[in-house]
Amino acid sequence: MTTSSSLSDWRVRHQASLDEARYNARVFFKDKLAVVGLVIIVVTIAVAVLAPHIAPYPAQGRGDSNLKERFQAPSTHHLMGTDNQGRDILSRVIYGARIPLIISFTVTAVIVIIGVPLGGIAGYYGGRVDEVVMRITDVFLAFPSLILAITFVAFLGPSIRNVMIAIVVSWWPWYTRLVRGVAVSLRERPYVEAARTMGVRNLTIIWRHILPNAFGPVIVQMTLDIGTVILAAAALSFIGLGAQAPTAEWGLMISEGKDYILQQWWIGTFAGLAIFILVLAFNFVGDGLRDVLDPRSKR
Amino acid sequence: MTIWAYVVRRIALAVLVLFGVATITFLMVRIVPSDPAAVYVGSNARPEQIAQARRDLGLDKPLYVQYGIYMKNLVKGDWGDSLRTKRPVLNDIMHFLPTSLELIITALVVATIVGVIFGVTTAHRKGTWIDLVMRVFSTGGVSIPAFWLALMLQIAFFRVLHLLPVAGQSDIFVAQAHPITAITGMPVVDALITGNWPAFTDSARHLVLPMLCLAAYPMGVIMRMTRSSMLEAMGNDYIRMARALGVPPRTLLYKDALKNAFGPVLTVIGLTFAYSLTGTFFVELIFAWPGLGYYATTSILSMDYPAIMGVTIMVAAAYVLVNLAVDLAQAFLDPRIALS
Repeated sequence: MTTSSSLSDWRVRHQASLDEARYNARVFFKDKLAVVGLVIIVVTIAVAVLAPHIAPYPAQGRGDSNLKERFQAPSTHHLMGTDNQGRDILSRVIYGARIPLIISFTVTAVIVIIGVPLGGIAGYYGGRVDEVVMRITDVFLAFPSLILAITFVAFLGPSIRNVMIAIVVSWWPWYTRLVRGVAVSLRERPYVEAARTMGVRNLTIIWRHILPNAFGPVIVQMTLDIGTVILAAAALSFIGLGAQAPTAEWGLMISEGKDYILQQWWIGTFAGLAIFILVLAFNFVGDGLRDVLDPRSKR
Repeated sequence: MTIWAYVVRRIALAVLVLFGVATITFLMVRIVPSDPAAVYVGSNARPEQIAQARRDLGLDKPLYVQYGIYMKNLVKGDWGDSLRTKRPVLNDIMHFLPTSLELIITALVVATIVGVIFGVTTAHRKGTWIDLVMRVFSTGGVSIPAFWLALMLQIAFFRVLHLLPVAGQSDIFVAQAHPITAITGMPVVDALITGNWPAFTDSARHLVLPMLCLAAYPMGVIMRMTRSSMLEAMGNDYIRMARALGVPPRTLLYKDALKNAFGPVLTVIGLTFAYSLTGTFFVELIFAWPGLGYYATTSILSMDYPAIMGVTIMVAAAYVLVNLAVDLAQAFLDPRIALS
C-alpha cells in the first residue's frame, strides 16, 4: 500500500470528523474578535520566546539598572520611557510576557489534570464518592478564589512558585464541578450502559466515554481561565506576593510605577496595557471557541 | 421536595460549608513553614521568648486540642488579637467593614444598572455594530486589571481633568470643619442621614473613582449574562406571541423578557459580590481607602496571621451568605428550582 492511498483511505474513514473540523474552523474564523485575539496570543508567545533577540536593551529587560537614565519620558531611544532604575520599559514589557504565559499555561494544565478526572469519577460513580468529593469542592468554591490564593501565598511566603501553588489550590474545584455535571448526564446513556454490561472496566469507561464528552466545555473554560489566572497572578505580584524585583513581571512593574503615576505615568501604564490586551485576547478566543465547541451554552 | 425542605437543606449546607472554611483556614496556618510564635514575638526575639509565646498562644498543645479551642472561640466571637493593632480582630473587622461595604454596594448598584441596560440593548441589537462595540466593552470590563484601571483613572480625573480627588476618603479640611457623626460607619450614608451636606458632597466625590474601578468587572459579567439569558428568553414562544400581538418593544424587552431572564443575572450579581470583596483589596490599597481591603493587605504584608485568618473567614462567610440569599430568593421566585 502506498502512502498516498493510505492517506486517502484515512480521509475516507474520517470524512465526518474532517468535515466537522472544517465547519468548526469556519465558525471560529467568522468571529472577527476571536481571530484578533488569536493573533494577539500568537504574537505575544513569539515575543516572549524571542525576547533576547527583539528587546532593545536585553540586559535591562533581565533586571540590570542604568541609573544615569532614570525617569526618561518615552522617546525614540526608549519608546516606552525608562523606570526609576533607568531601565528601558519596552524591554521589560517584552521580557515580562514570559512569566504570565508560563504561569497561566502551567497552572491551568495542572488544574485540569487534578479537577477533570476527579469530576469524572464523582459524576460516574455517584453515591457516596460523589457526595464526599462534591462537599469538599463546595468548601473550596465557598472561598472567593482570589482570597484563598492570597491567604495561601501570605502564609507560604512570596514567590512565583507559591503563587502557582496557591492558584491551583483555589481553582481546581471549578473543573471538578464542570466535568461532574457532564458525567452525571452521561452515566445512564445507553452506550455507557452497554459498555458496562459488556464488562468494560469503570475507569476505562470514564476515560473513553465520559471525559471525551467534557472536552469542549473544558477547553472553553481553560481559555477563559488563562485570562483570569494572568490577572490573578499579576494582582498577587502587584501587592508584593508574587514575582520579586528585579524580575520583569507586569504586575510588579505596575506596582513599581504606582508611586510615580502622576509624574512619570509611563512606568506603570504600559505594563498594565500589556496585561489588559493579553487577557482580552484570551477572552475573545474563549468566546469564539465556546460558539464552536460548546454551542449549547449561548453567550 | 417542598420548598421548605429545600430551604432547610440549603441552610444546612451553608453551615457545613462555613465549618469547612474555618477548618481550611486553621489548617493553612498550621501547615505552613513559618512559625506563628516566632512571628508573634518579632524577628529579634530570643529562643526562650519564642517558647514562651508558643505556650501563651497554645501552640504547644496537640493539633486537635488547638483546633477545638480555635473553633470554640470562633463561634463565641473571639477571633484572637491582631499582632499589629493589638486589638481584637473582630473589632477591627467591624470597624473597617462598613466603609468597604459602601464602596462595594455602590459599585454593584452602578454595575447592575449599566450592565442590565447595556445587556438588554445588545441582545435586542444582536449582530449589529452596537453589539460588537458593546462586546468589546463588556469583555474589556472583565479583562482589565482593577489596580491598573485605578491608576489610569487617577491620571485622567485628577491629573488631566482636575475633576476628582486622587485618593482618600475625605478632604482633611472638610473633615475638620464638618466632622461626620458615625452611625452606620459608611461616611456618605452617615453624612446624608445627619444632613451634613458639605461632608456628603466631599465623601461622594471621593467615592467615585474607587467605585468605578470596582464596578468594571461586575459590569462586564452582568452585561454578558444579561445578553445571553435575554437572547434565550426572547426565543420563547410567549415572547414571539406577544410580539405578534403588537406589544411595544420596550415593554416586551424590559417587562416580559427581562423578568424571565433575570434569574441567572441575579446569581451572577451574587457571585460578583464576592469578587468585589477581594477586589477592594487592590482598589483600597491604591486609593488609600480605609476599609477591609486596606486592613487585609497591611495585615498580609506584616504577617499578622490572626488578622489574615479573620479577614479570610469573614470574606468567605459573606460570600456563602450572599449565595445562600440568592439561591433562596430564586427558589421563591421560581419554585421549579427547589423542586428539581
